[in-house]
Amino acid sequence: MSALNSFFAQPGRRAAMPILVLLLLGFVAPLIAVVGFSFMPPRTFGLFHEPSLENYEKIFSDNTYVSLLWSLGLASATVVLLALICYPVAYGLVRVFGRWSTVLTLLFTIPLVVSENIRLYGWVLFFIKGGVLPGTLKTLFGAEMGDFLFTPAAVLFGMVYVYLPFMLFPMTLGIAMVPNQMREAATDLGASRWQVFREVELPLSTPGLMIGSLLTFVLAIGAIAEAKVLGGQRIIPITHDIEIAFTYAQNWPLGAALAVLLMLVVSVLVLAVLRRFDLDQILGKR
Amino acid sequence: MNGISKPILQLKNVRKSFGNFNAVDDINLTIGEGEFFTIVGPSGSGKTTMIRMLAGMDKPTSGDILLRDKRINDTPANQRPTCMVFQSLALFPHRTVGQNIEFALKIRNVAPAAREKRARELMQQLHLPADYYGKNVTLCSGGERQRVALARALAFDPQILFFDEPLSAIDYKLRKTLEKELKDIHRETGKTFVYITHSLEEAMVMSDRIGVMRRGKLIQVGSPNEIYSAPRSRFVSEFMGDVNVIPVESNGAGSVRSQALGAAFKVPATSIEAKAQCLVVRPEFLRFLDAPGDAPNSLKGVLYNEYALGSRIQYQVRIGEKVFLVEKLRQQPFKGKLDDEVIIGWDPENSIMVADE
Repeated sequence: MSALNSFFAQPGRRAAMPILVLLLLGFVAPLIAVVGFSFMPPRTFGLFHEPSLENYEKIFSDNTYVSLLWSLGLASATVVLLALICYPVAYGLVRVFGRWSTVLTLLFTIPLVVSENIRLYGWVLFFIKGGVLPGTLKTLFGAEMGDFLFTPAAVLFGMVYVYLPFMLFPMTLGIAMVPNQMREAATDLGASRWQVFREVELPLSTPGLMIGSLLTFVLAIGAIAEAKVLGGQRIIPITHDIEIAFTYAQNWPLGAALAVLLMLVVSVLVLAVLRRFDLDQILGKR
Repeated sequence: MNGISKPILQLKNVRKSFGNFNAVDDINLTIGEGEFFTIVGPSGSGKTTMIRMLAGMDKPTSGDILLRDKRINDTPANQRPTCMVFQSLALFPHRTVGQNIEFALKIRNVAPAAREKRARELMQQLHLPADYYGKNVTLCSGGERQRVALARALAFDPQILFFDEPLSAIDYKLRKTLEKELKDIHRETGKTFVYITHSLEEAMVMSDRIGVMRRGKLIQVGSPNEIYSAPRSRFVSEFMGDVNVIPVESNGAGSVRSQALGAAFKVPATSIEAKAQCLVVRPEFLRFLDAPGDAPNSLKGVLYNEYALGSRIQYQVRIGEKVFLVEKLRQQPFKGKLDDEVIIGWDPENSIMVADE
């Protein structure tokens, strides 16, 4: 009891209690519940059965891991494509519009006010047989377009489209953070345009690239609508499996095990990246 | 070191316009090999625009810049054999002290071992501790960064080194040390230094020659001594600390008259061709008199206030509306009391006639 008293003697700790309780109840407790469920026997709905590893066994024996690989692959491809697409765009925005570029980037977020599903169905109409693109091509040039809709490529397209603002905004911010005098100093010291880019601009804008990549990766690995709408269920991402387990299959423990697995994989990947690139170091010491 | 040796940099009718505004207006200037030349001017006088053109970051609107008789107007900064130390220093925050210094050598594909050797030599020359080689440059103090920036520029081995007010953000004491160090480095390297500052005091300490800029024009070029003792205009004289300036009219040979003070003064026999003229007397040349006849020029006033300036004491004497400043050494203070009637005076040879501009 005296240990507890001395713990609460510091006013800072007392003041931190409300947010601590809120976080414990709203964040830690559900997480523990999910982890707990993942060790329960299949198709049970309580947390007090005898723990078992059956769900995890099922995932790896039942090739459910394939959907995890699809999710990881698609998310990684999305991040790489977004980095390649957004860097030149962000670079151009910053060099042309200077400090207004970040404001302009916000315009890219306007489509976000429309529901993601509606925007994706828009693309279905665009790509579907006889739709906007294939129809126009056929009428004007008599060209027949191959199947694009309901392929993995279409899913990837949808993900790149949906998550573009989340990469572009931090990236523009990152590039805008590079002081112009750094470029001038490097040029003055004899660096060519390409050398200025490689030695100064790229490393100094890495924080933007890193934050954008982490953000889009975490979002993309949780993507589900793109595969459903543009992929026509041809690919099953892990999120879809989790949803099915919790709803249609009524197998909460399996869904929980999949969710835990996904969390573990994402955390390990993100931590590995953060270890490699110390964000604090790049951000803190400008 | 006076007079220009072999010219290294020549400016011919150089002008830089932004719309209708001439930031740099028709500058003609020759800078000699190995010279420490300083351009002084208040903010907005065009000195930064000038050095940016010299370093190749801006192009002149008209006129020519010649480096060793070769026109370099259109040569970009990365192809000029010159280098600049920026006001912000612009050190690369993602690089160590060593990597910053070696930057120019890395760009030229010098082997890593040779790069490090040169960087360590420069660090020693600039009094940077050897273990700073691997230190993150953002962890260095203001004075250390200053030295890293200078080392980085010296590693480039430029024919001319430009400085854009690099000491302006440094506190007074350190600045005084660095000014002298910079002049020592200038001696050791024998390179041409072109320096920009808004402080004539700073310019005086370091320069072989000083050019004073105002509204885009070079209004006077000369040795520190010339600028100090023979300013040609009121602006230049006022730029170097406190001065007493009296607007005057000609009153026959060797004499001028002040309407405001209702008095005539004897002046040195130099002629100024400006319409309006001013008589300039520095505070250290004014002295307190026992009687009006004790100096060729004298005025009666009231001792209004006194200020301790360290080695000297400054007295404010009011003559009607006009304020005069008199300086005396701390060891020989004036014994008068505030609000006393005092007589101040000076010798004609210690006064300067300048144009009122």
